[in-house]
Amino acid sequence: MLIIYIDQQAIQSFFPFSSLQPLSKREKDLCFHHQSDWYNWIVVIHRLILNMDPDERLCAEAWRKLSPSSSRGLLKNDHAGDQVFSQLNMQQQKWDDSQLMDYKTRIEQQFCQYNQPPQAPTLVEVRDQQDTQMNDVQSSRRVKDWDPSATLNNLSFLEQKIHQLQDLVNLIVNRRGQTTVTQSEELLVQQQQLITADITSIIVQLISTAGNLLPTVKQSLPLNSALVSQLGLFSCLHNQGMAVGTSGGEMPQNNAVNKVEDHSNQVDLTSNCNVEHHYGVEEHESKDEEDADEEEHLPPGTYEILQLEKEEILAPHTHFCTICGKGFKRDANLRMHMRGHGDEYKTPAALAKPHKESSSEPMLIKRYSCPNVGCKRNREHKKFQPLKTILCVKNHYKRTHCEKSYTCSRCNTKKFSVIADLKTHEKHCGRDKWLCSCGTTFSRKDKLFGHISLFQGHTPAIPLEETKMSAVTSDLGQKTNATIDVEQMDFSCKPYASNENDFQSVVEEKGGLSDPTSFFSPLNFDSNSLDGFLEFPRPPFQDSENPFAFLIPGSCNYPRKPGECSGANDIE
Amino acid sequence: MMTQLIKNHFLLFILKRYTHVNNLDLSLCPRITDSSMTLISKSCKNMLRSINLSRSKFFTHAGVSNLVMNCVNLVEIDLSNATWIQDLAAAAIAEAKNLEKLWLVRCKSITDIGIGCIAVGCRKLKLLSLKWCLGVGDLGVGLVAVKCKGMQCLDLSYLPITNKCLSEILKMEFLEDLVLEGCFGIDGDTFRTLKQGCKSLKSLDMSSCQNVSPKGLSSLTSYVDCLQELTLSYGSPVTLALADSLLKLLKLRCIKLDGCQVTCSGLKALGNWCASLLELSLSKCSGVTDEGLSSVVAKQKDLKKLDITCCRKITHVSIAHITNSCTSLTSLRMESCSSISKEAFVLIGERCRLLEELDLTDNEIDDEGLKSISRCSNLSSLKLGLCLNLTNAGLIHIGIRCSKLKEIDLYRCAEIADFGIMAIARGCIGLEMINIAYCRDISDRSFISLSKCTKLNTLECRGCPLVTSLGLGAIAIGCKQLTKLDIKKCYNIDDTGMVPLAHFCQNLRQINLSYTSVTDVGLLSLASVSCLQSLTVLHLKRLSPNGLTAALLVCGGLTKVKLQASFRSLLPQQLFEHLEARGCALVWKDKIFQEEFDPKSWKLQLDILE
Repeated sequence: MLIIYIDQQAIQSFFPFSSLQPLSKREKDLCFHHQSDWYNWIVVIHRLILNMDPDERLCAEAWRKLSPSSSRGLLKNDHAGDQVFSQLNMQQQKWDDSQLMDYKTRIEQQFCQYNQPPQAPTLVEVRDQQDTQMNDVQSSRRVKDWDPSATLNNLSFLEQKIHQLQDLVNLIVNRRGQTTVTQSEELLVQQQQLITADITSIIVQLISTAGNLLPTVKQSLPLNSALVSQLGLFSCLHNQGMAVGTSGGEMPQNNAVNKVEDHSNQVDLTSNCNVEHHYGVEEHESKDEEDADEEEHLPPGTYEILQLEKEEILAPHTHFCTICGKGFKRDANLRMHMRGHGDEYKTPAALAKPHKESSSEPMLIKRYSCPNVGCKRNREHKKFQPLKTILCVKNHYKRTHCEKSYTCSRCNTKKFSVIADLKTHEKHCGRDKWLCSCGTTFSRKDKLFGHISLFQGHTPAIPLEETKMSAVTSDLGQKTNATIDVEQMDFSCKPYASNENDFQSVVEEKGGLSDPTSFFSPLNFDSNSLDGFLEFPRPPFQDSENPFAFLIPGSCNYPRKPGECSGANDIE
Repeated sequence: MMTQLIKNHFLLFILKRYTHVNNLDLSLCPRITDSSMTLISKSCKNMLRSINLSRSKFFTHAGVSNLVMNCVNLVEIDLSNATWIQDLAAAAIAEAKNLEKLWLVRCKSITDIGIGCIAVGCRKLKLLSLKWCLGVGDLGVGLVAVKCKGMQCLDLSYLPITNKCLSEILKMEFLEDLVLEGCFGIDGDTFRTLKQGCKSLKSLDMSSCQNVSPKGLSSLTSYVDCLQELTLSYGSPVTLALADSLLKLLKLRCIKLDGCQVTCSGLKALGNWCASLLELSLSKCSGVTDEGLSSVVAKQKDLKKLDITCCRKITHVSIAHITNSCTSLTSLRMESCSSISKEAFVLIGERCRLLEELDLTDNEIDDEGLKSISRCSNLSSLKLGLCLNLTNAGLIHIGIRCSKLKEIDLYRCAEIADFGIMAIARGCIGLEMINIAYCRDISDRSFISLSKCTKLNTLECRGCPLVTSLGLGAIAIGCKQLTKLDIKKCYNIDDTGMVPLAHFCQNLRQINLSYTSVTDVGLLSLASVSCLQSLTVLHLKRLSPNGLTAALLVCGGLTKVKLQASFRSLLPQQLFEHLEARGCALVWKDKIFQEEFDPKSWKLQLDILE
């Protein structure tokens, strides 16, 4: 279902109109085993449109095996050779092989029905629509829960499709009016079939949407019948299609793929078709239920899934093709590239202006898959969540699967793989950093508190500056302690709450605080002026060692008991 | 065992002597440093359950941390007024896992982060007071509400919080007492987001929450329908709409509307309420009329406490209604109800015999009224300040009949003289507090008779020029419980009065010696009162800088001293530093010497001002 990289331009340039060969009986049988593999129908139609011959078909397959990025460059070589295959990685082969196999069977099945090439420019559109159509059907089948937004998407897509079909019929009507003589009977039949196929796909979509509307109904039931009916229309063999549909209802192509890869590495280019074909059959038969279940977890959506390769993602591009996802450094290059996607991009206006404005026709919804297998954003993941834009793909891939090479110059701890993240962080770094005991930092205080209220045992950590501030202000004029405290704080605030053990030293320092009363000089009170005073409890008074020099002696001399407990001045 | 420590240097001694201290009140120790804290924590260890540091300074987060780490069984900590401590100290408190009660009043430097630490750390908290912790907002309080599920009492007065955290607070299961005084950010309009009400909440204080509209209050009250006590003082006007918003609170027993604008219809609605009130406070409410008040009291017959202070519009009609229906009143406060004629007071004595507390300050009551009131034999607190019509004759009745009297206020009752006081002293042996300020005719005889009241702890006798050191000496010898003494403008008291005072009244905490004849010697002898905290010495003509310095140095427990500004330049700078380091605040006053008016002209002047 992913192989929509084949663009019209490329195919046209590579595979000029040529005759088709009839399908062998075995191949015909095989194709019915794969009836559920909806993607391949697109390829079939595609193939039909382009009317390839077997040799060219091989080339097409080779080309298709390439990653979208590399394939662009290689398209210029007429025939991609073995070296192309050697460049492929395992992942690609995985699905490409199966694709290839299915591809062939479909093509050949189709051959027996359509012998006449249809008009390419109009049918490309059909191909695209059907691509998405197939994807819709497949993905919606995986759904267990009803998603209203997906239904809405489906409905709007239906609407869109009906409009497109209308246009197509209009076109056919117009053409018929123009060139009535040259139109052969076969062509008319072909057109009729195409339109019928389109209508069928709309019906299928309707049914699948209806199926989604009834969450309690088993998804496979209406879908299977839908698939069957579509298949029947394609093959013009309604009964047979029905029979096949019920027999091989579970399917999917990707499952079969996994084990093919080893073999496909060994097969050479020339024998590729047939060998893979056989493996494909075996795999298909041995596909396990588990994978089928996995597929059912996937969310519905009326989108096609694109997957860029690692090299493509990491390339420093800023302009991306909205059709195939290829990235470019310059917009001009992108516009040149866009020419390959169709004549509408070739007009001077389209070349001059940014492509967004030139493509006024409704675009298909595109979603992206991460090339990293096992990632939730990879299409093979159980709970696959597609990425919305190419920028999302780039950022996701860098954040999740790449080394974090950008280190914040301020804190020297935070690392980022996306430079924009670093810049965002640097704006806040050190200034308003809200820290949790778990080490997580937050730019906003409410986010920190939300985090703390969610998790048991997490607690806010005291910011760095405050610990220093506190050490200074809490000191209350004790300078010696202030410095100690500051040092203390510097130490204690690095790891969260490591302060307990370290406080002792501070406390002991405080004990050594200089006695403020040492400033005072001796105070002599005259006991004579106060007879009877000794009867009263003596106010705890200053020891002789600590005199009050500033007091004028003689004003009142106070008798001092030597050795009496030092009083108020002994603060500590 | 509870210990109330007085001076730091005894600390080690005391802690060694009493090894099983579990309740440590250090509120008389202005200086508690980190080393003191270390000492305490090492001596008390696991025994210590409660510590009060509300009046102490100089400790830091390090000390708090030390305390908390060593005394793991701490259940109560009072760190009020520690304005300098910051989030680090709060983080230290958070290590006290068993903490149940925590007071952080006026800890202005603590922020949400610190409170967050406490909320996470101290999960067993039942009481938390964050009054005036201006650095704490919605986030901190919200986290407390989320984490401390067992919270029962929460004081959030004057915090910059909004409705956001209030909905979190009202989800707390065990919250009984919530104080939201002066929370201007609360308007009550978003309460309806709550699904379930707070069934446990019994007391809610929303005084000075000026932005709470009747609508907001209505939505709030629908969530706290088990409320028993509601305070809406200084809030929005008590209109019909507001009264209607309270109708759902059927269990309400006490409502305080002090300082609100009150309408007649609002009061009537309160009267028609199904709830039976025990306590109603309309103190300083403008708009309280005879009609409104009468309609309330006529229906609310179970009222036990009524406060109509400064309801100047009400007349004897209201008093007649009050005394007629609310016969079980135990407390009636009606200071400055100036439109009530003297005949009305007779009704109080006739009908409300259960009164225990009666405030008649600044009223037209005369001896006849007082005689009637003397029939309230349970009276324990009687305030008659500024009742210029009273004479000894009336007071003698009180002295004879009200033997349970503990407090009597005769401030500026100009006609009262020794006979009246002697009757009180003789009849009310349990007297604890007496105010005879500016009763100019009072002499030593009164004092000598008052010295028989051994429980007396507060004596205010400003402006009694006839009293001498002899009288004061008698008080000192007889009333050993004396803690508060104001002898300002008792010109005839000198050093000889101070000496017995210092000797016998070792519990004295607060003294005002302004305008007396006390000299250096008297002050120095007073300095031996080791728990003296507050000292006011203004206009002491014969006080020398040296004597003052010596007294200030000796009196180690002082926390506040009011001094003549002229001394500022005469005292050594080192003394100020020393006092500051000890935790003593010096307040410099520069008031010029003022001759005293006689009471009548004083009241006249007051009336002119009004």
